[in-house]
Amino acid sequence: MAAAVSLFRQYLAQRLLASAVTLLGVSVIVFLMVRVLPGDPAQVLAGLLATEEDVARLRVDLGLDQPLHIQYGVFLARLAHGNLGRSARTSQPVLEELKPRLRATLTLAVVSAVLASFAGVAAGAFAATRPYSRFDYLLSLVTLFGVSMPTYWLGLMLIIAFAVHLNWLPAAGSEGTASLILPTLTLAAFSVALIARMTRASMLEVLGQEYVRTARAKGLGETLVVARHALRNALVPILTVIGLQFGTLLGGAVLTESVFGWPGMGLLLIESIFSRDYAMVQGIVLVFSSLFILTNLAVDLLYVAIDPRIRYA
Amino acid sequence: MSPSILESATPERAIVEVTPAGRPALRRVREGWQRFRRHRTAMAGLVLLVGLFALALAAPLLTSHNPERQSLSVALRPLSLAHPLGTDHLGRDMLARLLYGGRLSLLIGFLAVGLGVVIGVPLGAVSGFQGGLTDLVIQRFADILLSFPGFLLALSLVAILGVGLQNVIISVGISAVPSFIRLVRGSVLSIREQVYVQAAHAIGQRRSVIIFRHVLPNAMAPVIVQATLSLGFAILVAAGLGFLGLGVQAPTPEWGTMLGEGRQYIFRAPGLTMYPGLVIFLAVLGFNLFGDGLRDALDPRMSRA
Repeated sequence: MAAAVSLFRQYLAQRLLASAVTLLGVSVIVFLMVRVLPGDPAQVLAGLLATEEDVARLRVDLGLDQPLHIQYGVFLARLAHGNLGRSARTSQPVLEELKPRLRATLTLAVVSAVLASFAGVAAGAFAATRPYSRFDYLLSLVTLFGVSMPTYWLGLMLIIAFAVHLNWLPAAGSEGTASLILPTLTLAAFSVALIARMTRASMLEVLGQEYVRTARAKGLGETLVVARHALRNALVPILTVIGLQFGTLLGGAVLTESVFGWPGMGLLLIESIFSRDYAMVQGIVLVFSSLFILTNLAVDLLYVAIDPRIRYA
Repeated sequence: MSPSILESATPERAIVEVTPAGRPALRRVREGWQRFRRHRTAMAGLVLLVGLFALALAAPLLTSHNPERQSLSVALRPLSLAHPLGTDHLGRDMLARLLYGGRLSLLIGFLAVGLGVVIGVPLGAVSGFQGGLTDLVIQRFADILLSFPGFLLALSLVAILGVGLQNVIISVGISAVPSFIRLVRGSVLSIREQVYVQAAHAIGQRRSVIIFRHVLPNAMAPVIVQATLSLGFAILVAAGLGFLGLGVQAPTPEWGTMLGEGRQYIFRAPGLTMYPGLVIFLAVLGFNLFGDGLRDALDPRMSRA
């Protein structure tokens, strides 16, 4: 037991270190983003409306007369203090502007992830217990459509159906629960399809195992066999997909937010790209990537909780 | 070294083992095609793709309209004989824009995935074959690219490089690189332990020759499958950039850009968003179906349960 605990600690340390290295790599790319743009980085970061004094002050602030590695050191030190710079558009600190947007994006992404996980696992597991049935074929067709459909197009089609023709739901905005329905459905569609596909494949494999036959032979009800014996063992690959899907959801949020005018980080990113507010672009890209890296770390650690057979390698 | 490896280290034996061409390869292709043909959904994908390519190529034969010619007097017209799919907000013929737009959307997909393969495959091969520090550096590089969730990597690259056809291809292509690095590295790790690779080492062939002549050709089946599936992804991402206004710029017709322009008229003319989205969907569906079938045909071990 003690050996297992120490192995787990070692694994935890390794994974934390790998995540930290990746985060550092992301910070290098984000730092370089502005430096590779043609022209003066201080002018780029200060924005198009900045006065010459603003640019000069920023140049000293950022240490742009220093060598690149010193500049990166300064960038990293500021980052450690939560300083992501100031928005060129509003002159407000990037972090302050980001906070409410992050909340909106997380609401959308988490609700979509929960919906996609439950719907995907339920549909996939149900299909696996009735392979090659009518439901199974229908699910295959629906999931194939789900992974091939452009998210933004699905969103627009839902607006045409539910907001324009039926007039049941608002076409855009973020007022009340009703406005969350269409963006969530849009964002979750792709992930539901992938999770359902993975669950079906993983469950089919597990349902053929001997311990499932044993569970049935000792007279357990089918629901119990599926829920307790099969699904739990099929969960590791499903969890991988769900973890990866959270990243897809974050990336997809950019398009979904743009379609529905949802005031999250994705919409802000697009606005910032168009207005060349690079400090904001850097901040948003950094936050998106950090969230994704942390989710992957959490999924890796969850494996161990679900399946003790997994070696910490 | 085991005797079996020494035995196969004679040049004649090694050549027989490592040359993928010749009769066995031909037979493999034939068997693969037969497996593919039995795959009904894969054939459906092939038919869909051939249809879309034919429509895009035959655009000048199918419509006499210039896809970029504006005529405000006929803006937002419904379906008619003169304009079978109506006209857009600038009076341009929708059918002509869809047909010509297909050329560009499909081309972007192919060039972007080509770029992903050209950069990702050699990096993956070297990473898997060399091991050690080289492997570590390339893998961390892939990790970093993969930590930009989904669509965000291409979007960030476009933010740096700027909009336009060339930058869209570069951005989408680079987003496809890490998946090829991972895939090829995995294949190479198992192939480098094969007897014929050790034989090539034993007869003193150079590392680069071993990687590019002996290892890579045998790692290509999964790459072809991944490339096919990536084509669907590339078209989706490129169209997504176009939709946001960060892709191919007007007046050039491209499916994503058309969808983005049409959304402003979603209440008055839903067709402007419906048709471009539908063809993007059909193209991606085609590549997904075709890729799944190809996977079963080329490497039955890789097929899904």
